[in-house]
Amino acid sequence: MSAGPVAAEAPATAPALEVSGLAVHRGGVQVLDVPVLSLRAGSVLALIGPNGSGKTTLLKTLACLLEPAAGSLRFQGRELASRLDRQAYRKRVTMVFQDPLLLDTTVVRNLETGLRLRGVPAPERRERVLDAARRFGIEHLLGRRAHRLSGGEAQRASLARAFVLRPEILFLDEPFSALDPPTREGLLEDLGAALRQTGTTTVLATHDQNEALRLADTLAVMHLGRIVQTGSGVEVVNRPVDEFVAAFVGMETVLPGQVAESRQGLCTVAVGGAQVHCVGGPQPGTPVLVGIRPENVLLSDHDGAGHSARNHFPATVTRVVPKGPFFKVELDCGFFLAAFVTPGALEELALAPGRAVVASFKATAVHLITRG
Amino acid sequence: MDLLWEGVKKAFELLWTLDPEVLGITALSLKVSILATLVSLVLGGAAGMAIALTRFPGKRLAIAVINTGMGLPPVVVGLFVTILIWRSGPFGFLDILYTPTAIIVAQTVIATPIIAGITLAAIQQLHPDLRLQILALGATRWQMLGLLAREARLPLMAAVMAGFGGVISEVGASIMVGGNVKDSTRVLTTATVMETGMGNFDTAIALSLILMVLTFSVNALLTHIQQRDRPR
Repeated sequence: MSAGPVAAEAPATAPALEVSGLAVHRGGVQVLDVPVLSLRAGSVLALIGPNGSGKTTLLKTLACLLEPAAGSLRFQGRELASRLDRQAYRKRVTMVFQDPLLLDTTVVRNLETGLRLRGVPAPERRERVLDAARRFGIEHLLGRRAHRLSGGEAQRASLARAFVLRPEILFLDEPFSALDPPTREGLLEDLGAALRQTGTTTVLATHDQNEALRLADTLAVMHLGRIVQTGSGVEVVNRPVDEFVAAFVGMETVLPGQVAESRQGLCTVAVGGAQVHCVGGPQPGTPVLVGIRPENVLLSDHDGAGHSARNHFPATVTRVVPKGPFFKVELDCGFFLAAFVTPGALEELALAPGRAVVASFKATAVHLITRG
Repeated sequence: MDLLWEGVKKAFELLWTLDPEVLGITALSLKVSILATLVSLVLGGAAGMAIALTRFPGKRLAIAVINTGMGLPPVVVGLFVTILIWRSGPFGFLDILYTPTAIIVAQTVIATPIIAGITLAAIQQLHPDLRLQILALGATRWQMLGLLAREARLPLMAAVMAGFGGVISEVGASIMVGGNVKDSTRVLTTATVMETGMGNFDTAIALSLILMVLTFSVNALLTHIQQRDRPR
């Protein structure tokens, strides 16, 4: 081995975007409060939350389309201090809105607009437009007038218009929310592929957690203008930090209880009159919330002997609600419990209000949230 | 009926022979009204866009004032412009009373609110996020304004037509600030009023015909520009 010069260590890459102390006011009310947020280069961050939680406001602020009342933005380690900085930054990032917002001209002119504004020469423009059009399957629409496209086609054109710019950060504001499910599915697929192939740093706002889980590697849950939890999809979905996040990510059962016993990493929580076994070690007496995802609850018509789950409760079905490809079965076990079952299981167990069953779930399927 | 028939015949005779006086009046009418419309387009277009795109206290009041201004009676404009440029008035030193310039000023006052009002409505009816989308594509503020105006080009052309239509056809202000001076400030409308008053119906009809053909031609041209890239 030669004793050559030590390979220079790769410089610690600055985050693509860093935010500190961001505040936005509207009509004298603070609508956004984000003390810190950091976006790793090449990552896809999904902002999830209900309507009005501040996702769009945060996105517009990050894209420098909205002036915050306070706070600073650092792009690749450099602060965007002046108007000129922000103007230059806007030429390196772009945003796709909920509505396609195409200009009243042809599709090809729409795709070219950003490139023209950035002074890209004509031959290169043509090449890049074709490339982006191909990526989103709209080559055959290039000569059409934008306002004659269908909703799905228009949103494809809008995404292509963003990708053609090869943005260093791409901001997406619920780009699929106005589309019908098959159209949305196709577009999600194409967008996912485009993001993976180009490695574009992306911030996606959506109220659909499935969209977020599919496209993003990090989720940030927003509520009332604040980010209440950040983490991987699995983390956020299975280990919500509070009742709001739990409800938002579909943890149907959230029950107040108190730790009764705790030893060797296992504990028992008193919920109503029942004892729920879970994993975790809070001190006895600690008030907690017990969260159980409906897909982790198993229903059977016997007592569950021989089953590996630690928790078994005799229950009565109170309601059956269709939920996409599943049915949500609401149960009374002395406390409320919700379970998802397949249509097959629904039929096999003859699940209907009044039916007596046994509900089982593992100790590891119980998520504990300590109450303050 | 004879009166009308004679009038129409005389009108075509005047047109056919290219009567120099009639031509002069027509040329002045066109020049004055086109200039007034252009100045109004700059002033009214800028005001309309500025009001549509900014938020400020009293915005609604400003919009109400502009909308009221869209229906300013020309005689009222004529009266106030006359007072302002009267020899002893605040702008008397300009010495423009009874000149074509005075007519341009008065007509600009008439057309500016019309163009501002329609521009304002045209920009406000665009999607509120379109402005941000254009900025997000990398536009500077001026490029953004240009693209927005392009998006609103149909109603903006309508604004120009409405402005031009308003000033080419008004008589009250032109006669008050211009004075209908022969070979100087006589325009089609003021000449028509005068000829009718004198009982020269044939000439009056000729002038009216020219006025209508002119208005139609200019609007046809503007409509052509407005509709050329519209799918039918």
